Amino acid sequence: MAEQKQNIVEIRHLYKSYHRGSLAVPVLFDITFDIVAGEFLALMGPSGSGKTTLLNLLAGIDKADEGSIRVGDLDITTFSETELAHWRANHVGFIFQFYNLIPVLKAIENVELPLHLTSLSKRERREHAEMALRMVGLDHRMDHYPQELSGGEQQRVAIARAIVTDPTILVADEPTGDLDRVSAEEILAMMERLNTEMGKTIIMVTHDPRAAQRAKILRHLDKGYLTDDDSQNPL
Amino acid sequence: MMILKILFRNAFHNKLRSGLTILGIAVAILAFGLLRTVISSWYAGVEAASTSRLVTRNAISIIFTLPLSYNEKIRQIEGVKMVSYGNWFGGVYIDEKNFFPNFCVEPRTYLEIYPEFVLSPAEKKAFLADRKGFVAGRKLAAKYGWKIGDPVTLKGTIYPGNWDFVLRGIYKGRDDTTDETQFYFHWDYLNETMKKVSPQRADQVGFYMIAVTRPDLSADVALAVDKTFKNSLAETLTETEKAFNQGFIAMSGAIVTAIQMVSFVVIIIIMAVVANTMAMTTRERIGDYAIMKTMGFGGRGITILIFGESLVISLTGCLTGMILTFPAAAAFGQALANFFPVFIVSTETLYLDFLAAILIGCLAAIIPTRQAIRIGIADGLRRIG
Repeated sequence: MAEQKQNIVEIRHLYKSYHRGSLAVPVLFDITFDIVAGEFLALMGPSGSGKTTLLNLLAGIDKADEGSIRVGDLDITTFSETELAHWRANHVGFIFQFYNLIPVLKAIENVELPLHLTSLSKRERREHAEMALRMVGLDHRMDHYPQELSGGEQQRVAIARAIVTDPTILVADEPTGDLDRVSAEEILAMMERLNTEMGKTIIMVTHDPRAAQRAKILRHLDKGYLTDDDSQNPL
Repeated sequence: MMILKILFRNAFHNKLRSGLTILGIAVAILAFGLLRTVISSWYAGVEAASTSRLVTRNAISIIFTLPLSYNEKIRQIEGVKMVSYGNWFGGVYIDEKNFFPNFCVEPRTYLEIYPEFVLSPAEKKAFLADRKGFVAGRKLAAKYGWKIGDPVTLKGTIYPGNWDFVLRGIYKGRDDTTDETQFYFHWDYLNETMKKVSPQRADQVGFYMIAVTRPDLSADVALAVDKTFKNSLAETLTETEKAFNQGFIAMSGAIVTAIQMVSFVVIIIIMAVVANTMAMTTRERIGDYAIMKTMGFGGRGITILIFGESLVISLTGCLTGMILTFPAAAAFGQALANFFPVFIVSTETLYLDFLAAILIGCLAAIIPTRQAIRIGIADGLRRIG
């Protein structure tokens, strides 16, 4: 009998618009779907389709106008800013297109940074950060500053930073968008391993069909609407 | 600890910008420190004044004299410990540009009343024994290269003629605030000469210095002195030495106010410069702050980062400026020794420097911090790339 996986994210009737002065620009319309625990989901769509906005809402860094987002047992749309910050620290790992490492911190310090919001001791923080860097194969570069690393290496440090707190979900916004093909393949392989071997739930926004190919589930957005109901990745 | 590490590294990340800002703050603190020291020097005479000394002068104006006969009457007033007297001589050494304060005084009592003028016993004895002798402050003697036994001639401006003296002593100041640029000679020398050349100006005293037995008697003694000479031909005005000196300062009050205003304007200007630097820095790092917010860092962490960086820059500039103030003040004081005989950077000035730096650091960080906290994470992230 096949194992029944639980939904880790449930999105219901989500609406979002931005305001430019008195003008409201609708971005997302009635988005409803679920993400199963351990899923690797790719969100695709043309520029301006609302992919990043949806990712931001799922990650708790932006607020929806209407609808609900349940992550685990919690409806994050009801959270205050402070509650959201606390929730993000414990449940979300972020991977960005431009790596977004803190330039004045070494690789190990960048990875350690989110752990400063936990109750871990200094020694424990260091151990966790070293382990995360080992997992991305960069333990030999831990004392290097971001500008001393290649794009691919910086993205691996960013992945180590994203997973160091062992978050519930990993969100990635165009993680290969600024990388050459070889580096992009390495990063995607690493994300795939995080998903298959460590069971991490990954939600990735991408333009790149090669990147989307790695995902198990593909969702398309167009002009703020989800355009498919099929959750299997045809790629 | 990580926040501290980030803010310190951020502060010096853009070395040129931080360096120029720190230099600007250092120069501003230096200027502020020097201007405050000028003001302190202006008040040095007031600060150095004793609470147990009174000055009696003609009630109409300091330029009018008092009879020598008042000396005995003042001495008999209850609470008076000792009385001395003297005149402003207003002599010029070689030519007018060589200005320094010079007085004729009754030497024995004057040196008793002013224990802060420290003379060796031998020099004191030699000065008291020689009617044409004079004593000079250490700085004054050093400035003109005078040595004990050197003859010095002053050209009188109030009392015409050339006046010959012999240096019998070089006094040192007991306290840092003691003026070491003054020139004192025997009142008798002036008086005897006046008796010969201008008898109507003889036996006239410019001021009386009164030492009281206890400082708390000063007010009563001053009243008693003025009451004694009420309705006489030369009524007196007696006040504490501090009030007397403050009267002189009050004449130049507008200048002091102007200097005070300039010193604060300097701080306001540098505050604007630092605020501009912090605004640029914050704009540059808005992405970093957004990333930290995504990780769960709140407004407090961002505030500490921006305020901390601003304070690190302003305090580094302040420290540099404070260190530079000492040699600059020494050079300034030497160059303007005639006008500012006591030119010392006070502890109060250093505290004000420090306070100004804290103020600059904090005020410069307020608006950038507000902007960094208010910007949404999504907006902050959009600015990256």
